[in-house]
Amino acid sequence: MEFLQPTTWTEALAMKAAHPDAIPIAGGTDVMVEINFDRHRPPAFLDLTRIAELSEWGLDNGVLRVGAGVTYTQLIDELGDRLPGLAKASRTVGSPQIRNRGTVGGNLGSASPAGDAHPPLLASRAIVELASSAGTRRLPMHEFFVGPKRSAMRKDELIRAFLVAPAQGPQQFSKVGTRNAMVIAVCSFALAIEPDRRRVGTGIGSAAPTPVTAPEAERFLEGVLGEHDLWQTRAPVAESALLRFGELVAAAARPIDDVRGTAAYRRHALAVMARRSFVWAWNEYRAAA
Amino acid sequence: MRIACTVNGTPRVAEDVWEGTSLLGVLREHMDLPGSKNACEQGECGSCSVYLDGRLVCACLVLGGQAQGREVITVEGLASGEVLHPVQEAFLEAGAVQCGFCTPGLVVATHDLLTRTPQPTTVEIREALAGNICRCTGYVKIIDAVHLAAKRLTLPREGDGKGGGPRL
Repeated sequence: MEFLQPTTWTEALAMKAAHPDAIPIAGGTDVMVEINFDRHRPPAFLDLTRIAELSEWGLDNGVLRVGAGVTYTQLIDELGDRLPGLAKASRTVGSPQIRNRGTVGGNLGSASPAGDAHPPLLASRAIVELASSAGTRRLPMHEFFVGPKRSAMRKDELIRAFLVAPAQGPQQFSKVGTRNAMVIAVCSFALAIEPDRRRVGTGIGSAAPTPVTAPEAERFLEGVLGEHDLWQTRAPVAESALLRFGELVAAAARPIDDVRGTAAYRRHALAVMARRSFVWAWNEYRAAA
Repeated sequence: MRIACTVNGTPRVAEDVWEGTSLLGVLREHMDLPGSKNACEQGECGSCSVYLDGRLVCACLVLGGQAQGREVITVEGLASGEVLHPVQEAFLEAGAVQCGFCTPGLVVATHDLLTRTPQPTTVEIREALAGNICRCTGYVKIIDAVHLAAKRLTLPREGDGKGGGPRL
């Protein structure tokens, strides 16, 4: 087994090109479990923790570009005001020990349908930046996830960053689990409302082969808010519309029965979380008037 | 591979380490530091909590090579010789130690909490220690111990003339 430790991004890409089977490792919160339990023995590790720019973030032309090595703790402490949905999701990740090490880049790399960062990234229409020694490409988040623990990333590629606009309005994240900490989601839901663009974004976790959005639910709610001029009046939304929004979110999921919960429970919980998340977000919008 | 890092203030070297060994394995098997406990090996239990460059982490989830050149502080580094750290004393006095297996991780995690939040509320303690599992005590006495340690650490130190303030 080889241990590769690049100190620059260019070096990392060259190493990945030369060793396409090398497993990238940052916080180790997924990779090390596989190694410790001898489930996987890669020919090489590619340690990404020495590349300083991976743990940096910045604002460019109004868009945040967040390095793949930024930890959940950093997201909460440094970006909580600009990415409140992702920060809420980050607070539900593991424990302080895990949040100090785990990264969004690693969450994306594992591409688990239950990854906590994925629903808020989908809801805020984030973009993932992939790079290889041949060049860089940017993919919308919903095109990145292609199957359970499978992404569109090629073997010679590494995740450099994700790009997302700072929150344009209230964002919410909800997650069902057996504890408040250290828990993998039974299912989760993220919502972003963007009053300036008259747009609603959604993200569903742990209730389909990949993290997914609920486009019909988004269009429905945008229709309701537009039709009654609610973006302007900030009046409460009718209960019937909230229920329908919940139903449409549940309908967008493709859950299965597994050890953590049944498909029927997941659909029910998603409808409840969607409705509540919207009420919380809408109340925040109304209070900000 | 060869791993050189600073552990509890002392430069240490481990030779002939398998590349897949975790920092926990390096500490326990190669550096004769068995204070950090090996229980779940998946970051769930917190028994292997250590500081890596000042940040609280699970040593079982750090690949050994990632600690190269870094600074590690383990539970062994908290006491001053035979004199226990106030956090350790508080755990003993409050009866927060039963079988003791989770204690080193809890002591390090408590040390980290009190460094950042010298007077934590019970809710803050529960959240900070959520990644440390104890199967004996039911946590009540552990939380008592953290409150006791917080109180002790902010009391005036005898004879130093400087009054209160944390002395972590």
